[in-house]
Amino acid sequence: MPSSSDMPSDAPAAETEETIWRGRLDCAFAPVQTIFSDCLAVARARWKDDELAAYMEAARLLCKLGRGSEPVLAFLEGWPEVAQQVGTESLEMVIDWVKKIQRTVNGNILGAFFQALPQLSKSLSSPELLQDYLELLTEVGQKSSASIHGHHTILPSQSLPVLVHRAPDLLQQVSLRGLRAWTEYGLRHYPSNPERQADFFALQSADSRAVFQSQRGGVLLHRHERELDFYLRALWNDPEPLIPYSEAFDLLRKAQPYLNAQGLHIPDIREDRLGVPGLLQYHLILAHLAAHRRYSQSLLADNLSPFLRLTVEFFEDARIDTLLLQRFPGLRGPLLALHPHPREEACDPERESCIRHRLTMLSRAILDPQHGYRNPILRHFVERFHTHFENANTHSMVTLATEYLSQTRLPSDAFAKMFFTDTVTPYRDDNRHLWRFVDADEERDDTDVKSNPAMDAETALIFHYPEWDYGNQSYLPDWVSLYEHIHPSGSAAEIERILQKHAALAKQLGRLLDQVKPQDRERLRRQEEGSDLDLDWALRSWIDYRSRQPADPRIHQSFQPVRRDLAVSLLLDLSASLNDPVRGNPEQSFLALAQEAVTLLAWAIDRLGDTFSIAGFHSNTRHEVRYWHIKGFSESWQDAVRARLAALQAGYSTRMGSALRHAGHYLSGQRKDKRILLILTDGQPADVDVSDPEFLIADARQAVLELQNKGVFCHCISLDPHADDYVRKIFGQQFSIIDRVERLPEKLPEIFLALTK
Amino acid sequence: MKNHDPLQDYRVDREPYYQPQHDEIALFTAAYEKRLPVMVKGPTGCGKSRFVEYMAWKLGKPLITVACNEDMTAADLVGRWLLDADGTRWLDGPLTVAARHGAICYLDEIVEARQDSTVVIHPLTDHRRQLPLDKKGELVHAHIDFQLVISYNPGYQSLIKDLKQSTKQRFTAFRFDYPTADIESEVLIRETGISPEIAPRLVELAECARRLKGHGLDEGISTRLLVYAAQLIADGVPATRACRMALVDPITDDEDIRSTLEHAIDALFI
Repeated sequence: MPSSSDMPSDAPAAETEETIWRGRLDCAFAPVQTIFSDCLAVARARWKDDELAAYMEAARLLCKLGRGSEPVLAFLEGWPEVAQQVGTESLEMVIDWVKKIQRTVNGNILGAFFQALPQLSKSLSSPELLQDYLELLTEVGQKSSASIHGHHTILPSQSLPVLVHRAPDLLQQVSLRGLRAWTEYGLRHYPSNPERQADFFALQSADSRAVFQSQRGGVLLHRHERELDFYLRALWNDPEPLIPYSEAFDLLRKAQPYLNAQGLHIPDIREDRLGVPGLLQYHLILAHLAAHRRYSQSLLADNLSPFLRLTVEFFEDARIDTLLLQRFPGLRGPLLALHPHPREEACDPERESCIRHRLTMLSRAILDPQHGYRNPILRHFVERFHTHFENANTHSMVTLATEYLSQTRLPSDAFAKMFFTDTVTPYRDDNRHLWRFVDADEERDDTDVKSNPAMDAETALIFHYPEWDYGNQSYLPDWVSLYEHIHPSGSAAEIERILQKHAALAKQLGRLLDQVKPQDRERLRRQEEGSDLDLDWALRSWIDYRSRQPADPRIHQSFQPVRRDLAVSLLLDLSASLNDPVRGNPEQSFLALAQEAVTLLAWAIDRLGDTFSIAGFHSNTRHEVRYWHIKGFSESWQDAVRARLAALQAGYSTRMGSALRHAGHYLSGQRKDKRILLILTDGQPADVDVSDPEFLIADARQAVLELQNKGVFCHCISLDPHADDYVRKIFGQQFSIIDRVERLPEKLPEIFLALTK
Repeated sequence: MKNHDPLQDYRVDREPYYQPQHDEIALFTAAYEKRLPVMVKGPTGCGKSRFVEYMAWKLGKPLITVACNEDMTAADLVGRWLLDADGTRWLDGPLTVAARHGAICYLDEIVEARQDSTVVIHPLTDHRRQLPLDKKGELVHAHIDFQLVISYNPGYQSLIKDLKQSTKQRFTAFRFDYPTADIESEVLIRETGISPEIAPRLVELAECARRLKGHGLDEGISTRLLVYAAQLIADGVPATRACRMALVDPITDDEDIRSTLEHAIDALFI
């Protein structure tokens, strides 16, 4: 590299100038002195004097901060590149920020900050974005520094260095806004646990990944999974499971789609690329994989060299794509848009291994008649490929590939430096399914995962639901784990006994039911069209007609069947407070009363013939919401159901929102005119892992709104006489409060009948 | 009145185009020889009604078609009393007309009719071949040419909408399905004059949709819809637009299925 002493002609002038700048920098660190002249040369070539002066002034300031040589080194080397992206005028803003952060306990991040800045500036291409990023760092620094006795931050943030270090990678995947939302989440949820917060910012924890994932742009696989499933079924008649993998957390090894016995492995998210929308890219990936499944045979890998395998793969991929385009000519546009089209002279065979470059050009030329490549061997093989295409199969591709490789082999192919630019086709898989290895003595994965004994996962169905975070006005993704079990059974005779005990009440209810219960057929009179003459009206019209009066033509009658078209779910809060005795009657608990009331209600609904289900719930933190199945919609009111109802037991807490969502999930599957969700509860939503009482109330409110949007009508029956306040928050006007709890067995069916009349 | 042929309007004058799939024409002819009641089963729009129309033409018999619906009562089939200037007057229903004067009576989509109204066909379908008109107090003996044909789509109906065993067991049955790809292309070309390059692509699209039956689609794309699409294309409508209009939008409101089929259209047509 040229140094000032190599250029004698303008040496004195350069010498003087460099000395002047060196003097203005006034920084004694040895490494800084070493790189100074190079940095100056770069800066000199780009900037005017005043900009150069500002650059030197900033470097001087960084040198004098007392943070060692690292910040000033990174700044001197990196800033010219950064300034190209964000403009030299941003320097003042950066330096102001440096002064500010320097005064806090987090001043030690400056070195890392300037090191990350050049890469970062590619994602933050405007001064405004850079400013936002700096503010974000300030905020994270303030909020994540530990303080003792409240007002003086003493310990430096553990999260900030992690964030500064990861930010360049993260910003390649999310926008700055997404990054901000993600950091806010980390700041709010781990305020008192610096280690876990640092894990969060390092993307080590599951919720961190989930929240980060939700901030990424592009087309999410899980939004379109059903559709892609349809795609495989409809266009390929080959419904295979789709298994997502993530590209977000593995930055070194760029994963490719692949195919194995479990199914089709495809990326969890795809951004629009080269004008091809993400969803269409998914279609192409699946089409390519499905075509492999249909048209490719597997080959014995052991006899083939790695280069030959690579060549065979390119030929086979080209064959598969050609078949694909024959069947679906409409895919030609997007497929060629995604297929790389490297320049013929892009790779220099003297210096690097060009095998991928050659093969990519070949593949392009096979698919695209307008490829424009001039290489005669390439053109010859493209022609041979097309001539023999009709009878080609995977094995004939091996023959072709062998010949091609032997004719084009270069000594440089074995170079360690492989030319990769523009040679990866994003919709193609890694072709692992093509190869069989004879001596592969693969160990089988032990897929028998031991079930968590506490949860008895064998008999439980596991669901995940989001929860509403009212502070952030957003959902916490997959926040709650809900386990659905069949409720244990007791003795059905118990329920019979309850019914007998309330025989008088049942009789009274029976009269009410008869009023509500629809008649089987309803006669519609005075119809213009109908199945029969309505004689009364026909005679009257006839008389009118004979007496020259205008006659009423509505002389028919018809019948139509009447039925109540509704589905009801009854959801019971089985939290521990239900075991409390009823006031004034220490013998009887709320649970026993609820049991009696539900028995009567179930009996009444059964007599009416409405579709209904019963379930109970309680929770022990967000990791364990239990949903007890007591009666399903398709089960009749039989002994098995009664036995489950007889064994009702209470315990734990009330996480109402998830239970509402789950009950609503089943209810919204019922095809009925009206879907009603009745929830019987004795207190407000609460759980041991939530300290903010408003949190679960807000979540339950949100769940009720979700259900309303799905056409499920929620009604709460509360046994807490002081419930007005929070119940109104959750259910709006849709609630009843039972003040005299001992009258519940009588009230519950009445409320139901009033609701459905 | 003597000269008036009550079945004049029901005669099939011109030969309808029908592409046989198997030996159904010979079998139907044999069934008609013995006046056996016939049931044609199959998904909607696969050519059931066209087949019956073709057979009526081939046998030279009038065809009375009744499209059944859930409001249809026995009176709509058999007949009812009406009022006119002189008092009440009996009006034969389509089934009675066919039985009295000798026509093929075709009850289309019989399961749509209420079960109580389908019972009135029972006496016509066994050895008695008679139709009691209880409201009129008359017993109609079926004309020698009379035959009863019903169609029935076993695909989509719920458990409630199924034929009773006692009804099913009075019929001989033809099971229809969508024609094979070659025959279906042939049908499209004959019916609409569409080019032989486009017809197989339309059929392939239909097959895509048929594979989704039961996964959110109640029925796949029928041959009838394909004919509509082909007619639009033959008239100069761009293929992709015609397919959306005739093949996708009519059959589904499910966003995922619609998007899948639209992708199939984009992939199949340039």
